[in-house]
Amino acid sequence: MSVDIDGQDIVLSGDLTKKFSIPIAIESLRKRKYLIVKNGGISNWNQESVVTLYSWLSQLSASTNLQMKGLPDEMSCLLRLALEKPQKNIQSNLPKEGLLERWGTKGIVLAHSIKLGVGFFVKMIGAWEQQITGKSVYRKKDFWLSLEDCGPKAVMIVSLISFMVGLILAFVGALQLKTFGAQVYVASLVTIGMVRIMGAVMTGIIMAGRTGSSYAATIGTMQVNEELDALRTMGISRVDFLGLPRTNALLLSMPILVLISDFMGILGGCFVCVFLWEIPLSEYVRYCTMSFSLANFLVGIFHGLVFGLVIALCGCYFGMTCGRNAESVGKATTNAVVYSIVWMIVMTGIITLICEGLGI
Amino acid sequence: MISPIIKVQNLSIGYGDNVIMNKLCFEIKRGDIFIIMGGSGCGKSTLLRTLIGLLPALSGRILINGIDIMSNNAKQKEFLATQCGVLYQSGALFSSMNLFENISLPLEQYTSYSPEKIREIVKFKLALVGLAGFEHFYPSEISGGMRKRAGLARALALDPEIVFFDEPSAGLDPVSSKHLDDLILEINKILGTTIIVVTHELSSLFNIGKDSIFLDSSIKTLSAKGNPKDLLKNPPNNRVLSFLTRGVSDEERS
Repeated sequence: MSVDIDGQDIVLSGDLTKKFSIPIAIESLRKRKYLIVKNGGISNWNQESVVTLYSWLSQLSASTNLQMKGLPDEMSCLLRLALEKPQKNIQSNLPKEGLLERWGTKGIVLAHSIKLGVGFFVKMIGAWEQQITGKSVYRKKDFWLSLEDCGPKAVMIVSLISFMVGLILAFVGALQLKTFGAQVYVASLVTIGMVRIMGAVMTGIIMAGRTGSSYAATIGTMQVNEELDALRTMGISRVDFLGLPRTNALLLSMPILVLISDFMGILGGCFVCVFLWEIPLSEYVRYCTMSFSLANFLVGIFHGLVFGLVIALCGCYFGMTCGRNAESVGKATTNAVVYSIVWMIVMTGIITLICEGLGI
Repeated sequence: MISPIIKVQNLSIGYGDNVIMNKLCFEIKRGDIFIIMGGSGCGKSTLLRTLIGLLPALSGRILINGIDIMSNNAKQKEFLATQCGVLYQSGALFSSMNLFENISLPLEQYTSYSPEKIREIVKFKLALVGLAGFEHFYPSEISGGMRKRAGLARALALDPEIVFFDEPSAGLDPVSSKHLDDLILEINKILGTTIIVVTHELSSLFNIGKDSIFLDSSIKTLSAKGNPKDLLKNPPNNRVLSFLTRGVSDEERS
């Protein structure tokens, strides 16, 4: 097999399926105005040889007019199709950013997103107002479906996790209290801990991962499918139609879930105390009821309500601001969970400060 | 002379700093089938999104029935929501609702019909698009072509004056797409609906188009107006000719 250069002609001959080398430096050929690829008696060729020829010829095609003569039909068709549009060196024109610029951009984006988030909250309040005056488009079916999803279906996981948390609290607490011989105060520790804050926090984190993410993914996918656009062109508010039933469902179910979580946590503590530390059940119950206070309980439930609102707002907001491809649905879901948890912690801080101020 | 239903004046469209088309001026006559055509990525869909108010115009005005769509006029908003139907590329049916619920949603929202009457209307609209008996199917249970037709039924639910179509033949086989074209022609003829279609499907646009604009991405504005068939006979420029002949004229010239 051989490739010969003869004046303006590149003559191919012999068996092209065998390995062949190009006899002349490509630079010298680039200066030519045009070149003709000729058949000098090709005995055998296949796709692979076309690929090799293409990768060689494509380096020339930008500057040189290439013509085929007498090549096998299929071969010249393939080459012509491949060489039709000369390769260009396309470089991405994304600007390079300095460190300061990058952080500055991040700051601006953050400020903007806080503004949008607050705006969304205001819209939600508007939606409640509309609901109260009976003007909103509100599918009761959606509300019941959401309620089922974030209510009864979440009880098992919330119970399980809270039971474990109560167990761990009691175990770790008792290890420390044992050195003072004050094991029986484990009951108070578990009760106050679960009722005041841990029940709500655990429920919040579970619901953010379970329900907040599902809201973001569902609404985000609706965005991808143009369903949100369809709502808009029908003149139906997205916040009313999608946000309201979900938020209401979560606001209703969260306090109940927190209640269940409190109970299961105390039960978990009881389990450890009675079976491991051999505190009599009656003692455990007595210390529990002694340390239980209504104020703590109500603060816990209030936490639950606020967390429910935070999760629903984050889930719906990130769903509705989702981009239009599969990747952005993933991003929206992640954001919904991360921001829910961050805001829950922030809200916990704020509520604690307020309670401190009020002396609760 | 029929008064135009949509007037577009000196419109620029795009996203943020990225202007895709500018200096767009055209009118759409009442009862016409109006085609927005152009190559891929030239801004057809962006123009459609701007026309239906999903995307703010960068500058210029869009008047529907003589009122700017961006104005905060309550009457206009109601008009846009009730009298403009949109068929999205993939139907955009609400996936959590069955076809009946999808189509009855605008009816429940904007009319005071009784539930029985709504049921009748929904059944009729579904039959109109050839989906009689599919009320209880969910969008995921039917084919792409059926989803599009169901989307059309929803767009027609309120008997709108204007229906927008975003690439009706995208993703459909030639026969289904021909059926959809026939349906568009019939709806236009029977109901007198003004129909605006974004497409680059040649057979379809010659078949249904009465008036059209051609968006040219190289000069970033429209470069031709008129009936597609007339444009093919007297092409105002080479790009239009090349588009309308699938590039055959280019080859002939070279």
